Formats: sequence, structure tokens, C-alpha cells
Amino acid sequence: MLNYLWSFMLLAGMLWGAAAGNLDAVTQGLLDSAGEAVALGITMLGIMCFWCGILEVGTRAGLIRWFTGKMGPALDFLFPDIKDGHPAREPLAVNLAANMLGVGMAAAPAGLEAMRALAESSQDGISGIRATNAMCTFLILNISSLQLIPVTMIAYRSQYHSADPAAVLGPALIATGISTLTAVLFCRLMELVSRRRAGG
Amino acid sequence: MILWLSRILIPLMICYIVGFGLLSGRPVFEDFLEGARNGMKTVGGILPVLTGLMTAVGVLRASGLLEAAGLWLAVPAERLRLPAELIPLILVRLVSNSAATGLLLDIFSRYGPDSPPGMCASVMMSCTETVFYCLSIYFGSVGIKKTRYALPGALLSTAAGIAASIWLTMR
Repeated sequence: MLNYLWSFMLLAGMLWGAAAGNLDAVTQGLLDSAGEAVALGITMLGIMCFWCGILEVGTRAGLIRWFTGKMGPALDFLFPDIKDGHPAREPLAVNLAANMLGVGMAAAPAGLEAMRALAESSQDGISGIRATNAMCTFLILNISSLQLIPVTMIAYRSQYHSADPAAVLGPALIATGISTLTAVLFCRLMELVSRRRAGG
Repeated sequence: MILWLSRILIPLMICYIVGFGLLSGRPVFEDFLEGARNGMKTVGGILPVLTGLMTAVGVLRASGLLEAAGLWLAVPAERLRLPAELIPLILVRLVSNSAATGLLLDIFSRYGPDSPPGMCASVMMSCTETVFYCLSIYFGSVGIKKTRYALPGALLSTAAGIAASIWLTMR
């Protein structure tokens, strides 16, 4: 899937750029984004190092295990394959909680760690070929982004002189609730379907 | 109040974790270094994914295809009561967060953040994520080739969020 997606973006962009006569802009865009990617990588390097370090402190002090215990019922419901004691359980709990609180800086490191733990325990091992149910659920939940407080949005709105920057709070909460509910229902449905298929 | 809480959340979390580690007698700085080293390895692993993805998105964005698609979709969108000025935002939102933020601020300065399109864009941006970016980073980091139902599920929940945003703000 990623193969098709990636080639589509590149090829469609190049062909359309050629047809619309802004091929120079396309080439420039390519060079600029390559530089941007490295710049982003460097920014990420600092944030990832810091948060992975902090999370490690929490893990070794037993704080994350306590917290994961509190999230237990939610994790059991969303990830039935990831039993208590699975190495992916702790980073999954941290990722979901950080997403909800809008602390994206802490969500991504935990998410990547969870992904690695899920891959290592899957049948195909690390650099597995086929996404497991837990991976799909994890990804869909992350993309549905259940965020309780849209902090950056409120900041942008007040920057543009909104009369009531926090007016998005209510509607955003309802909308994000609906998208996350859709995600959860879809994941449960697919989980049941794939189980039935595997069973018979 | 809520904003204040979210502002102190990160410092509070860090203080709590480090303080807790210290009180339970852990060598906190050594623990930190161990974790930071792992974080560095992870970033090293996803840098190629990041570069490949961002160049492709850059090409797509610079080509003007997304704007053209916005024009083609204007008529069917009218049927769905989808404001035409928000179509480029929706399309760009799927691939790039920074580009979508640029379009959002453009909508803010043109219509105002409290106008119907401004409100709708605010809510829409708050309840969605960069679908293709997340998919590529997380799955690319562990070499998944068969993504199974992840993309349909992600697009479905994004569509639900967008529909809810329009329904809540454009009545």
C-alpha cells in the first residue's frame, strides 16, 4: 500500500506539474522538502531523545506500569491480542493518554516504541510484512486523534483576533468524539471479522 | 482555567516523573540517558521514511494538483453542503500538517476565525490528523507492506470528523 501511495504522489505530482507548466516549482518543491525533512528530523531528534529519556525514567521507577494498570480495561477492550505483560502495553497506554491530553511531543516517541514492540512480537518479527489487528487499531485510533483540548488551535484563533478563541472547545470535543467513536466501532468490527475468518 | 491546566501539564508531568524516580532511589540521569539513546536510534530509523515521504508530498503540493482537485470537487461538494473554500484544506490535511496550517491561517485572515468557514476549519483541524503522514511514519518505521484495513479505517474516521464539523458549524 505504501509503495502505491508513495509512487502515486511522486508520479501524479510530476505529471500534473509538467501538464500545468510548473515543472520548475515541482523540482524546487522536491529539493525544499528534502531539506525540510532533515530539519524536521533534527528537531525530532532532540524531542525524541528527551521524551524517550523521561519515559525511561518513569518506566524504571514503576510509574508507567502503575499507569498502564489504570488504563487496563480500555487496553483490553481496544487491543484484545495484547495481553497483560506484553511489552507493547506500556507504550500503548502512554501514547493514547498523551494524544488525549494533546501532548503530541510525548505521544510520538511512545507510539513508535509501541509499534516496534508490536512488530517484534508479531509472527513476521521485526520488519514484518503484514500489519496485525493491533497495529491497525493503533494507527486508526492515532489518526482519529481523540484530543480533549485543541491547544494550538486556540492559540491560532486568538492570534487572528477571534472574539472567542476557546469557542472551538465544545464543537471540537463533539467532532473528535464522533470520529473516535467511528474508529473504535470500525476496529471492533474488523477484529470480529478477522477472528471469524481465522476460526473457520 | 482549562488553558492554564494544559499549559502547566508538560512541566508538571516532567517534575512528577523525575521526582518520583528520585524518591524511589533510581539513578534518574542514567535511566534518562538509556532512554534517550533508544530515542536516537528510533529517529535514525525513521529519517529515511521521513525524507521519502516529505519529498513526495512536496512534489504533490508544488504541482498544484490539490488545488485543481479542489476545483473539480467544488460541484459535488456543493451537493453535500461542503463549503468550497474548505476543500483544499481537507485534501491538504490528509498529507501535510504544516501546509494545512498555512491554509487554515489563510482562511482566518480572509474570512475571520469566527466566520462560519473559520469556525468549520477550526473544528475540522482539531478533530483530524495527517492520515498519510501518520500511516507512512508508523508503518514505515517497522517495514509494514500490507496495511490491511488501516487506511480505510483512518479515512472513515476522518470523514466522520469532517462531517461532524460541518454539521456542527455550518447550520
